[in-house]
Amino acid sequence: LLADERVFLIGEDVGKYGGAYACSAGLLEEFGPERIRDTPLSESAFVGAGIGAALAGMRPIVEVMTVNFSLLALDQVVNNAAALRHMSGGQFAIPLVVRMATGAGRQLAAQHSHSLENWYAHVPGIKVLAPARVQDARDMLLAGLEDPDPVFIFEHQGLYASEGELDDDAPPAAPWRAVVRRAGRHVTLIAYGGSLPKALAAAEQLSAEGIDAEVLDLRCLRPLDKASLVASVARTHRAVVVDEGWRAGSLAAEVSALLMEGAFYDLDAPVQRVCSEEVPIPYARHLEEAALPQPEKIVGVVRQIVPPRG
Amino acid sequence: MPSLGAEMERGRLVEWRVRPGGRVRRGDIIAEVETDKGLIDVEVFASGVVERILIEPGNMVAVGTPLAVIREEEAATGVTGTSLPPGQAAPQPERTPAQPTIAAWAPRVSPLARRRARELGIDASTLRGSGADGAVTVADVERAAIVPAEPATGATLEPPAVRMRRVIGAAMLRSKREIPHFYLSTTIDLGPALSWLAAANATRDVSRRLLPGALLLKAVALGLREVPELNARWEEGAVRQLADIHLGVAISLRGGGLVAPAIHHADRLDLEALMAAVKDLVERARAGSLRSSELSDGTITVTSLGDRGVDTVLPIIFPPQAAMVGFGRVVERPWVVEGSVVARPVVHASLAADHRVSDGHRAARFLAGVEARLRQPESL
Repeated sequence: LLADERVFLIGEDVGKYGGAYACSAGLLEEFGPERIRDTPLSESAFVGAGIGAALAGMRPIVEVMTVNFSLLALDQVVNNAAALRHMSGGQFAIPLVVRMATGAGRQLAAQHSHSLENWYAHVPGIKVLAPARVQDARDMLLAGLEDPDPVFIFEHQGLYASEGELDDDAPPAAPWRAVVRRAGRHVTLIAYGGSLPKALAAAEQLSAEGIDAEVLDLRCLRPLDKASLVASVARTHRAVVVDEGWRAGSLAAEVSALLMEGAFYDLDAPVQRVCSEEVPIPYARHLEEAALPQPEKIVGVVRQIVPPRG
Repeated sequence: MPSLGAEMERGRLVEWRVRPGGRVRRGDIIAEVETDKGLIDVEVFASGVVERILIEPGNMVAVGTPLAVIREEEAATGVTGTSLPPGQAAPQPERTPAQPTIAAWAPRVSPLARRRARELGIDASTLRGSGADGAVTVADVERAAIVPAEPATGATLEPPAVRMRRVIGAAMLRSKREIPHFYLSTTIDLGPALSWLAAANATRDVSRRLLPGALLLKAVALGLREVPELNARWEEGAVRQLADIHLGVAISLRGGGLVAPAIHHADRLDLEALMAAVKDLVERARAGSLRSSELSDGTITVTSLGDRGVDTVLPIIFPPQAAMVGFGRVVERPWVVEGSVVARPVVHASLAADHRVSDGHRAARFLAGVEARLRQPESL
């Protein structure tokens, strides 16, 4: 907002309320109602407005309150944002950034708790990012604004309260590659966003058993960083994909398929998935916890495929 | 694990002389291996960079088991060569495990374990799996590649001399069973050769004096050049002619048994170099520090039992070679020269040859060639 006057923020409750997760608190006062715009409750309308503004040369940041509500805007996303460059033979660019909350864990029940980023990762023509660290949240927003095409950023609602060091002067980093958060030899835990802390916690537990787990943060869900995935599994020979999406047709399934295609002869055990149970995410705390990937579930799956270490 | 003799089945890796990342050149000694024939220095057959060590010191592994992966420098694509000596790139046919037929029940073997098993020449379907649902994992394969060390205690521990007899026995049995030997022999007048030798030695220091054995070896090597047919191996039902002449020399060991290390390119060495090579081989054979190529490269073997007082040796061919030459003692005998009986130093030279590879006619030409060379010692 400071650096480029073409940038503006638009979405439900982003102005007076400061954002459902307080991401834009204070921005209305600083930048005024022209650039921090509250919208009616119509995802299709304000995502469409963002697409139109981007087509006209602006750099809109659209905040959708949660991925659950973004389904109302899927038509704008799939039929316009993702398709217009292709359909215009490259004449139209849509430099749009869409941010939205995703994931469960806060007892917000089925209509506010789903992880549907995989639906977006299915669509050619857009890019999909998922920060798990404070620095990545900032770097991904900058990278999204610099990208000539629509970039969707999925922010896990369980991470909004997380704290970390932020280098605000860091040059814009390209967050398109996966990154090893913890090096290990016996198994690769592949995670992103809200699942990353769970994978790291599982790796910590496993280390007490002598199992040395590598943790790979995908960061970019489309396009997937196949080279880093394959390289890690070529070292560890085993992989567990942790994904808060439902198991069937999940991003974890896509990652598994990539590993089968690219690392088959390096695999010493079947690729495993730890995903959400195939139910609408429950409200009750114990049921919600049971439905989601948890460090204990990850540890249990790893024990099945990594022989016990003395 | 190179084969250092036809009957060698396994060897123990004693020590690595290289580390991963190290650069090696063809012929460098990269490891020390303990075999039935003692400690052998293993030479590398390719140049490149040691990418991975596969077998750790102390492990006994079967012949043909890759010991390390060397990335050849020419191979920019990262294609790896493994440390199988040339000519043994494929496992020996008799060692190839029977391909399992496709049955209703297929063993669970992980893709990595399958790949590793192929590299190591192991039939993974025969292994017990330790992975999930009993699947064979790479760890199971690598365990199987390591032949369990002979128990430190118990009645099965063989003294080296016993092992060596067993190995020699197996090689000789195979030779007699598989190779249709035929024998030729001739008596060679060494008068001219020994006279020439005496004259040649008169001008030399004691340390550089030549022995008659050097003349015999050189004559055999040059004889092979004239009849290269005998410088061959019988492999998979066909003759494979060998370009280089590497002369194996039978050396008896003090503890019993014998080895026949090769003098590389013996036909190109002058007599002095040949003498030095023999002396060096005998010393190293008895000290147990022969090189792997010396044990595996011989193309014909010479045995000389003259010292032991016998007239004639009828040798058994050392597989996979196709011929062996024996010399008895050099002794003065009545000999007819130009119509008169005179005393001349003579030696019985005999040849055992593989009838699959050659015939009596050609073999006789070889023996006659050796004799002709010895009559003209200056040509040696």
